[in-house]
Amino acid sequence: MSGLSGATAIVGVAETRLGKVPELGCMQMCVQAAHEAAAEAGIKMSDIDAVLTVDSMAEPFRMHSVVLSEYLGIRPRYSMTNSLGGATHCAMVSHAAAALHAGLCDTVLIATSDKLVTGLTKDQAIAALAENAGHAQYERPYGPMIPAMYALAANRYMHQYGVTPEQMAEVAVVHRRHAGMHPNAQEKTPITREDVLASKPVAMPLRVLDCSLVSDGGGAIIMTRADRARDLKQTPVFLLGVGERHLNEFVHQAPDLTTCGAKDSGEQAFRMAGLAPKDMDVAMLYDCFTITVLLLLEDLGFCPRGEAGAFVESGAIALGGALPVNTHGGLLSHGHPGRPGGVFHIIEAVRQLRGQCDARQVQDAARAFVHGNGGILSTHCSLILGRD
Amino acid sequence: MAETLSLPAPTPTGDSKEYWSAANDGRLILRACRTCGKPMFYPRGHCPACGSGDLEWREASGEGVVHACTIVHRAPDQAFRARAPYVIALVDLKEGPRMMANITDCPPEEVRIGMPVTVWFEARSETIAIPQFRPAQGEKK
Repeated sequence: MSGLSGATAIVGVAETRLGKVPELGCMQMCVQAAHEAAAEAGIKMSDIDAVLTVDSMAEPFRMHSVVLSEYLGIRPRYSMTNSLGGATHCAMVSHAAAALHAGLCDTVLIATSDKLVTGLTKDQAIAALAENAGHAQYERPYGPMIPAMYALAANRYMHQYGVTPEQMAEVAVVHRRHAGMHPNAQEKTPITREDVLASKPVAMPLRVLDCSLVSDGGGAIIMTRADRARDLKQTPVFLLGVGERHLNEFVHQAPDLTTCGAKDSGEQAFRMAGLAPKDMDVAMLYDCFTITVLLLLEDLGFCPRGEAGAFVESGAIALGGALPVNTHGGLLSHGHPGRPGGVFHIIEAVRQLRGQCDARQVQDAARAFVHGNGGILSTHCSLILGRD
Repeated sequence: MAETLSLPAPTPTGDSKEYWSAANDGRLILRACRTCGKPMFYPRGHCPACGSGDLEWREASGEGVVHACTIVHRAPDQAFRARAPYVIALVDLKEGPRMMANITDCPPEEVRIGMPVTVWFEARSETIAIPQFRPAQGEKK
């Protein structure tokens, strides 16, 4: 156990509307979420003395975290704009915890937003995503989009372990069912495995419904030290464990396409928390594609190697199953505004642990696992959150 | 071909000038470490295995096998859209390193993991040709 375990807590969360949000600018969405998160925590904006953010593609700034602070009218003593792809939000929670624990600040705001639907033209969005996908010299000349590079991992994983397209499709079906119970989810229309398998091919074996959504939206998180957290408005959600591991950026550099840095980031987080996979009541796993969920379930120790397909097929990841996953619907159905994507997994974990999830509430949820994955299975950060 | 010319041509950097120059001459070369002996991909200024700066260029055989592959239907831009569906693969070179390429001269659905492939070079500009792979001779086309 580390001194960091249980030393800090998440005390406020908020998410903006998702989908098409033409009426708000990107920075405005960060500000709106920040005010809502602070209000639900019961803290004043002037209490915030640390700001961690992610820049947006639709409205980029040279020093995003400083611009947000200026817009909010606060003058932090700790500020950083971060870039670890889908692992950024979990990593920001980790960095915030370390800074709080070290006494570098007292109250941290984490905020992120982007507008991939109404903030960019379709061609701009595709160009922005393509520019960020693949090594400029050794990959982009071959025409890879992000789905194609995840498809390489899916192809290899299916070859080695015999997971079926039907099992992968079930991941999408479960996420859509969960989204149907979330008031803010972007896509709620139920889908079947047949719908997934009949959807348009993107990069085989991945089809449209194996891929996450494209959204506008954002979110914010407020953190403070555990002693202060107990005096605030919400039930505090304590950070019990964290771990990071970054093996590579480019997919052709991955030592093994069927296992990634999540194995080690997860082990570190469990070790810090003094807990094991079996102790988790709910898991929020980065789900940019259906394959990502399968690989993470195995690397994080929630099921044995090669058995994620069968695990999903058994109903384990659905509400009521052994390990409900992404009860908000994830990036596949709740929303995926690009860089902000990972923030919603943390927000949902916090709401589960507070017991605020109504129809999608996991009964007596006391421990939640959150995993952020960025790049092409490249960057990894795991969090373990708990009520006490 | 206009279509070929509109596809991306990489811009060489300090550590890759020789690699791209050789590719334009129809040769695949690999940076290798003279201290620990390991070849690397992509070329770097220092060995990622042992940290040594004592490196050399070696001719690669141009032979490899497909480690993973995908048939791309949604391409990133107009130039690639004209080629879709096309195959992107990770190729394990006989010398050890892995690289990305398209697998050409073969129906996309026939490309499979373990397929032996041979390098060829596709011109993307007057000074840049990129390594590509096609089924090795004797392989079912």
